[in-house]
Amino acid sequence: MKKTSDVAQLQAIAKQVRRDIIEMLTAAKSGHPGGSLSAVEILVTLYFDVLRHDPANPKWPDRDRFILSKGHAAPVLYSVLAECGYTPKDQLDTLRKLGSIYQGHPDVRFLPALEASTGSLGEGLSLGIGMALAAKLDGRPTRAYVVLGDGEIQEGQIWEAAMFAGDKTVDNLVAIVDYNRIQLDGFVNDIMPLDPLPDKWRAFKWHAIELNGHDIPALQAAFREAAATKGKPTVIIAHTVKGKGVSFMENNPKYHGVAPTVEEMEKALMELA
Amino acid sequence: MPAKTKFELKMGMATREAFGKAVVELGRQNKDIVVLDADLSKSTYTHFFAKEFPDRFFECGIAEANMIAIGSGLASSGKIPFASSFSCFAINKGFEQLRVTAAFPNVNLKVVGTHSGISIGEDGPSQMSIEDLGLACSLPGFSVLSPADEVAMHALVLAAARHVGPVFIRAGRPKAPIVHASGQRFDIGGSVELTEGSDLAIIATGLLVAEAIRAQEALEAEGISARVIDMYSIKPLDRAAIERAAAQTQALVVAEEHLVNTGLGVRVAQVVAETHPCAIEFVGIPDTYAESGTPEELMEKYGLVARNVVAASRRVLSRK
Repeated sequence: MKKTSDVAQLQAIAKQVRRDIIEMLTAAKSGHPGGSLSAVEILVTLYFDVLRHDPANPKWPDRDRFILSKGHAAPVLYSVLAECGYTPKDQLDTLRKLGSIYQGHPDVRFLPALEASTGSLGEGLSLGIGMALAAKLDGRPTRAYVVLGDGEIQEGQIWEAAMFAGDKTVDNLVAIVDYNRIQLDGFVNDIMPLDPLPDKWRAFKWHAIELNGHDIPALQAAFREAAATKGKPTVIIAHTVKGKGVSFMENNPKYHGVAPTVEEMEKALMELA
Repeated sequence: MPAKTKFELKMGMATREAFGKAVVELGRQNKDIVVLDADLSKSTYTHFFAKEFPDRFFECGIAEANMIAIGSGLASSGKIPFASSFSCFAINKGFEQLRVTAAFPNVNLKVVGTHSGISIGEDGPSQMSIEDLGLACSLPGFSVLSPADEVAMHALVLAAARHVGPVFIRAGRPKAPIVHASGQRFDIGGSVELTEGSDLAIIATGLLVAEAIRAQEALEAEGISARVIDMYSIKPLDRAAIERAAAQTQALVVAEEHLVNTGLGVRVAQVVAETHPCAIEFVGIPDTYAESGTPEELMEKYGLVARNVVAASRRVLSRK
């Protein structure tokens, strides 16, 4: 893979990742399109520009660690790993099928390039803290990046972890909240509102940045700001659109956990041409 | 026959204290050893480690779920973490994290639960861990250890650090009688035969090993020959030792300070059913929560002393 900071190139990769997501979920006939599509720019910016990693040397000790704590968005991670060259792209259509390396939720047993098995919400931030602490003990440049769902941060463990990381000044840790405002049962604001979200993290001694999570230059700047912020972990509250890029999926709670039909796939791919 | 003098049970330190000392020793040998605690380090004895290695000790506050998953993250990055709390909190509050962040990805995390069983005493049932062995054994890939004394705890903490994979070690609050000779070897998956015996075998774990020895002495005075086995490795089990005991004695008693329905006994029974079916009697905590009291009063009231092991032995012999 070639890393790039070029916004047009990153946008082109993002479009390809969206196409992968739609195709793999259609083939799987189940899965989570909405929250995969909302996180595309976040993962593409990380994997193709920001993260210190090497697909030819996946266990490089000095690599950065990435954890998709909202494990149900596995398709976006699988597509990005495949586009990076970690895993075979031609197997993406085996998603969720028996024996596939692309399990329903990320599973390190099948895919050793992953840093963590996730899927039970609320646990990834603590894992990221552990990896960040290990890097500090070893004097490595490693940073840990954890993508959280907005609904996910209703879990109490997230706030245990937030309190810990703030108090212990784990400043090589970045949390990104994919704030797409929809969870399985409906809109986050109807189920368990989170606002004022940046204030909550700041109260836990985090550096908080708010941005449009589909704005690649804004993401690049925020990751630079996080790296320059010492003595505090950073949270990026990324305002996103659930189902982003596919008109009939955008802001539609139905597509949290329903795969597209073949007809819907064709329509979506036309929009993502 | 003269009474055996082999087991004059001398009181040793509590297994939790032996853990606290052993993990310091490990820390001196290996800089990858790290320790986490959840505001109980003075009780779990991890404060020894915190004092000597402050940079490698992580005080997590009263947040066990977070502690377990941070431990898994440290382990995923090459550290050998020992996460410690009261057993009931580490296992019950951290169970989901033990499952998804440690067992499922087979992470090299060690968890030490102290104040197990009812012998914590006056604090009462909310602090009593009587389900921990069953819960820990239910996690695929976990090794589950239950040392009887300071000798076993010391050796098993070292064995746990050598073993690659998740381990749960159960420790107790009260001082524990020393049942093992120093230098005794302990392997994960092993057991120790403390006395030879041909009429029945008493398979015990934790504090019940000392009670089993006292029972064996009482039985011997009646001319009954009881084999006592310390089954310190609850998972994996020493299947060969169980099979041998069942085949040679045809009568087993299993004794543990744990719910009788989900602990060592049912696991032994499974092996016996699969190999040499024979009569088994079970000494453990019935399907109930205990109460406040001194450890001695509680062990007496809930049927976990030598007298109960003797009674179970007579029952099993009558069924032979």
